[in-house]
Amino acid sequence: MGAVSLIALVIAAIAFSGGGILLGMILLKKSKNPQKGQAYECGIPTQTSPWQQFHVGYYLFALLFLIFDVELVFMYPWAVVVKKTGMVALFEILVFIFILFMGFLYAHKKGALKWS
Amino acid sequence: MFSLEGITNTIQNWLYSTFDPTFALLIECAIVILLAIGLFAALGLVLVLMERKVAAHIQIRLGPNRVGPGGMFQTVADTIKLILKEGLVPDLADKFLFNLAPFVVMIVAMLLLAPIAFAKNFQIWDINIGVLYVSAVSSLSVIGILMAGWASNNKYSLLGAMRSGAQIVSYELSAGLSVLTVVVLTGSLQISDIIASQADGWWLFKGHIPVIIAFVIFIIAVTAETNRAPFDLAEAESELTAGFHTEYSGMRFALFFLAEYINIFIVCAIGATLFLGGWMPLHIGHWEGFNHIMDYIPSSIWFMGKTFFLIFLIMWFRWTFPRLRVDQLLNLEWKYLLPISMLNIILVTVIAILGWHF
Repeated sequence: MGAVSLIALVIAAIAFSGGGILLGMILLKKSKNPQKGQAYECGIPTQTSPWQQFHVGYYLFALLFLIFDVELVFMYPWAVVVKKTGMVALFEILVFIFILFMGFLYAHKKGALKWS
Repeated sequence: MFSLEGITNTIQNWLYSTFDPTFALLIECAIVILLAIGLFAALGLVLVLMERKVAAHIQIRLGPNRVGPGGMFQTVADTIKLILKEGLVPDLADKFLFNLAPFVVMIVAMLLLAPIAFAKNFQIWDINIGVLYVSAVSSLSVIGILMAGWASNNKYSLLGAMRSGAQIVSYELSAGLSVLTVVVLTGSLQISDIIASQADGWWLFKGHIPVIIAFVIFIIAVTAETNRAPFDLAEAESELTAGFHTEYSGMRFALFFLAEYINIFIVCAIGATLFLGGWMPLHIGHWEGFNHIMDYIPSSIWFMGKTFFLIFLIMWFRWTFPRLRVDQLLNLEWKYLLPISMLNIILVTVIAILGWHF
């Protein structure tokens, strides 16, 4: 099958999850209770908002990931042809990885990989 | 023979010869939908039971054994219970995103079924960029997880989702690089080509040291990508209650739970396809007689056997290694796995160009 199968699979996923949730909605009785709507927090009443500061490390790693993921996307077409192209392709990827690795070492030196 | 080979072609030929093309295509879509839903339900039931039984055996206890023979229907009972539970939505939650998140996760899990070859000629769509498709679609699941964690308006959920995001995107890199080693050796991204290239031996045996290194890295990385212990920081029970799905209950929770197990199955299927030959029986070079005997075992059994072996391996990890801290987790990826897999790519390129593999 061609790309139509993807549409079929999306429909299948929606039918599966939607069907399950609908079935649950039909079968059960809802009861109202003001405490049901509170966010869970150890059983005691919820305190303060969840919108708090969190570690800057998450952003740093997301940025680093972006660089290396783009690199990975470049390497997919390269990997397909490398066997036919031979030594030239090896030399090219060496240069490519070398430059990237310098960036990686720079990030390491700057302490971006440290979680403090 | 109860083999799945040729069934798809027979059905397709019959459909297209009996009905006009549009109608035949619609029927084919309906079959795919039914099969996919059936597979999801069956896998969910089997994998949850398997997880509990494996855990029980490792901890020297019996595990579920009340419902049905040997606890066979425990998961069915659990599913009925979960359907009958009220799906709560917190008052302060972002209602739209909260309801959308399980759908996103499920759609991603379902889409990943498309390029997997379950048996010879038994594949939904043999897309020519199969490996790239898998890495592209599997990285979408992090959106569903972040959505769930953010929309719940709960501290545990948000923290779990952020951890999960950092973890999934980090380990995606080394998973992608280890997949690339096989692509370099095969010279194709198509799943059927990769399987066909293993007709005289699986890459794990043919490919020398770099493929073994890549296989180990792949297993570590997919364990982290599916949020399994020892990398289950996103839902560390002792710290974050249930992580990003703390606020989910009833069927919505069941969907997250199911999607997690389906994702384990899918990554193990990909691993089995790339490194252990997918449905290809165990072939050794030019040992014609041996290869011929191995061919008598149907390809679907080979595929399922390899996949479930890898799933068992990942379940085994859970009871063997203690959980990592978040800084240790990121250190392992960025300081060890990523440099090693980059060097590994160069090594495998040298071997592929010089033809040193078997």
